[in-house]
Parts: sequence; structure tokens; C-alpha cells
Amino acid sequence: MHSPEPMAIQAPKGGDLVDRHRLSTRLWHWTNVITIVIMLMSGLMIFNAHPRLYWGKYGANPDYAWLQIGATQGETGFLRVGSVTVDTTGVLGRWTESSGQVRNRAFPSWATLPGSYNLALARRWHLTFAWVFALGITAYLIRSLINRHLQRDLLPTAEQARPAHIWADIKHHAKLQFPKGEAARHYNILQKFAYLSVLLVLIPGIILTGFTMSPSLNATFPWLLDVFGGRQSARSLHFIFMLGIVAFVIVHLLMVVLAGPINEIRSMITGRYRLPKEDK
Amino acid sequence: MMAPLLTRRSILTGLGFSTIIGTTGGLVLSPSFRDLVLASGEKLAYQTHRLIGRNALAPEFTEADLSPDFRTNGNTMPASAEYQRHMETSFANWRLQVDGLVAAPQAFSLAALKAMPARAQITRHDCVEGWSAIGKWTGVPLAALLTQVKLLPTARYLVLHCADDFSGNAYYESIDLVDAFHPQTMLAHTMNDQPLSVGHGAPLRLRVERQLGYKQAKYIMRIEATATLANIGLGKGGYWEDQIGYDWYAGI
Repeated sequence: MHSPEPMAIQAPKGGDLVDRHRLSTRLWHWTNVITIVIMLMSGLMIFNAHPRLYWGKYGANPDYAWLQIGATQGETGFLRVGSVTVDTTGVLGRWTESSGQVRNRAFPSWATLPGSYNLALARRWHLTFAWVFALGITAYLIRSLINRHLQRDLLPTAEQARPAHIWADIKHHAKLQFPKGEAARHYNILQKFAYLSVLLVLIPGIILTGFTMSPSLNATFPWLLDVFGGRQSARSLHFIFMLGIVAFVIVHLLMVVLAGPINEIRSMITGRYRLPKEDK
Repeated sequence: MMAPLLTRRSILTGLGFSTIIGTTGGLVLSPSFRDLVLASGEKLAYQTHRLIGRNALAPEFTEADLSPDFRTNGNTMPASAEYQRHMETSFANWRLQVDGLVAAPQAFSLAALKAMPARAQITRHDCVEGWSAIGKWTGVPLAALLTQVKLLPTARYLVLHCADDFSGNAYYESIDLVDAFHPQTMLAHTMNDQPLSVGHGAPLRLRVERQLGYKQAKYIMRIEATATLANIGLGKGGYWEDQIGYDWYAGI
């Protein structure tokens, strides 16, 4: 924010309460919690309407699908990627509803919005909250450039970018050793890498591949089709970016739990964070 | 010095978080609020697309890009006795009626339509479900037809009435005048250099290239110019719009 940081006077130590997250970060974070859940679940329902993915400009039932979720004539659900088929009965392709009804559908009702098959409603959720999502990241990126959050807190320092440092940080993570005291005021290199991937690759990528699936936007921005290799490639990449965001969220939640969930969640609500005490 | 109770920062924080909590609570608890919010995506998309790309042309492809097998969808054989008779006589007595808010209503035979200056384009057809197929379409630009029947200034939409039905409900679709006069919008009578097959909508289907498949009405019998969509079908502008709530504007 605009106020000078008081800790500039005296370096804070373990146990001190410090300013952690800016207002723009906190608002965007909680908006995303809601928006990403809605986008993910409604997106899985949209996928259910045609659970096959293709590469190239076109792709429909007679064409080769590199990924498919379906049900066999018998009793099994399957996920097929290339030539590898995995039996996913109960989770993907064929599963049982809470009512006991067996369904042949790609993603199960607990994962989709709405829970019962409704492409029209899923599209409304998806294409309305897409505005919140796209305007949110745009505003956040602009704000983070202006208040120098991106340059100061998220871009790796020269010291951090050294391979030896990266390797040391990987070892720290593997041993679940988290930074303490003054060191905990800054993001570590793996954190920075994860946040930058989401901010600059996964979210812009999933939005632009979304644009590329729109026949109207294809007319306005035809170059997007060239960037992503055609509409069906864009649809496949949209799905892959989704998997990337889901993977980020899982690791993110895991790290919050391991690093001390109350302190972490408080810092994302009030902005204040208690620095972990140094080991004696 | 005492810190003020209300700072700009705390007001912003409060506003921001209450917006997030209020919107989420409303979405979860109130179905009418939910419908209101969820209808905004279509409106925003429609207005934005008209603003940024009103006359933009849909990408066109080459013969090498054609789908080897262009699947059919929706109805593939209209059940009505009238359509069956037309099919048996190769659509010799079929007429396309163009009426409504026009100064010179007219009926066009298939031969007359085929004699008009034609346009050919290789474009991608995108189903709302997610698949795409590329085909070559040849037909009469809709704008040419509208010039002949002299569209009245009060007309705002074109409604396409079709021969096929789902459980007795006739298929219909509608488009605005921006799409109606768009150079790629056509009434196609030929697909991949062959007369349009019954599965793909013989004798005549709409190609409105910047929208999804359900807008590409097949088996067109009549085109009606109207000032509003409220009095057609259940008022949402199309069969699927009325029946299951697909968006009228299908540019996404």
C-alpha cells in the first residue's frame, strides 16, 4: 500500500506481527477462491457434454481423440489417453449417484456445477464468472505492476536464481523446513516460481484458450487460432491449463496446512502475519 | 496522535470483502438473484462482441482442412408429411417464404435460389457441446434476399421457421440484423460441392458463421422479419433457448 512500511526502521524478528498481504492481493485471493471453484466445476460439466479432446482445427466423434472419458458397453468407466486405457469405474465415466442411480457420464455429480446434467446452466455459470476471473487477473496484474508487488516480491532476485540456491530450496521443501524470522518475510524461490507460473502462464493461458473457443472472437482475433494451433487444440490446452491450476491449488493448500494454517489464513484476511520464531 | 477509526483503507477493505461475501451468499441462497447474475454473461458477451468485432469475418479454411467426416446433429430426418412429400419430389414444389416486416413478401423456389449469385466458404462448425467440423458451404448471401424483399425499418430480427420438430415443437431460430447482413451469413443449398443432404438440412440451412451450431437452422421453410422475439415460440428466440435455456447469443 501507499504507507511506508514501519519495519524499515528496525528489522523484524521471529514472533513479530508484520504486514504481509496487500489489500489488492487479499481481495483477489478470496474472489478467486469462489470464482475458480465455480469455473472448475461448471467447466467439468461442459466437458461432460463431449468428453473427448482433439488436436488441430477440427475434431468430432469420427476423428481421433487423444483423451477420452467414457463407459464401455459392459459395466466399466474408463479414461483413455493416447493408447493407454485406465479403468475408472466409480469415479470417471461410470459412477453411482448418492441416490443410488448409476450414470454413464464423464465427471461425477459431486465435481460438477450443476450436479445433474445441464449444459445450458453450466455454460451460464462458466461464461458469467469468466468475466469476474478475467477482469480480476487483469486488474490484479496492473495493480501489482503499479505498486511494484510483481517486481519487488514475485520476481526472483539474482541470488535466488542461482542453481545452488534453487537446489537448496528444493531440499528445504523436501524436508518440510520452512523459513523463520526475517527470512520468512520474503517468498522463497519455489514459491515465486509457483505464483509466477499461475499469474503469467496458467491463468492468461486458460483465458486466452477460452477466447479461442469462441467462434465470434475467432473472427475478431483470428491470430489466437494460430497461437494455439486451432480451436480443438485450444480446447485441449484449456483442459491442460485447468489441470495445472488444480495442481497448484492442491499444493498451495498443502503448504498452508504445513506452514501453520491459522497464521497463513489470518494474513490473507487481515494482512498481518506473525513471523515464525527462529530456532534457538 | 490517535489513529482515525475509519480510514480509506478500512472502508475499501470492508466494501471489498462484503461484496465477495454478499454475492456468494446471494448466489447460494436466492434462485432469482442467481438467474439475474447468470444472465449477465450472455448480455456482456453480446454487447462486447458487437462493439469490438461487429463486422469481423469468421476464419475461412482451405480444402486441405475439410473434416474427412462431417457428422450430423440434431434432427436428421424431419417427420412431417409435408417435408416427406417435398423430399420425394426433390424439393421441386418447395418454396422459401420470406415475410413479416418486409415491403415485398416473396416465395423463392430452390431453382430460383440456386440461380442467384452464390458465395462459397470453407468454415468451421462448432457445436455447443464442444466438437468442431470444417465444411464447404455454397449458398445465397442472406443480405441479397433481404434486399429483394425490402426489409422495413421496424424489423430487428429474422426468425427462421424450420420443417423439423422435437415431439411436435417445431424448430426455429433467430438472429439480429448485424448477423443477417454479415457478408458470410448465407442460406446454404450446397455442402462440400454436393446438394445439401437431408441429414445436414436439405434443401436449405442457415450459415451464421460467428455463432454455435444450434443457430445454424436446418430445413428452413420460412423467414419472418420481426420487431421482437417475444411472440415467437416461448419468447426466447429459438427452440433450444425456449426448451433448455441455451443462450440466444451463441458467439461463445
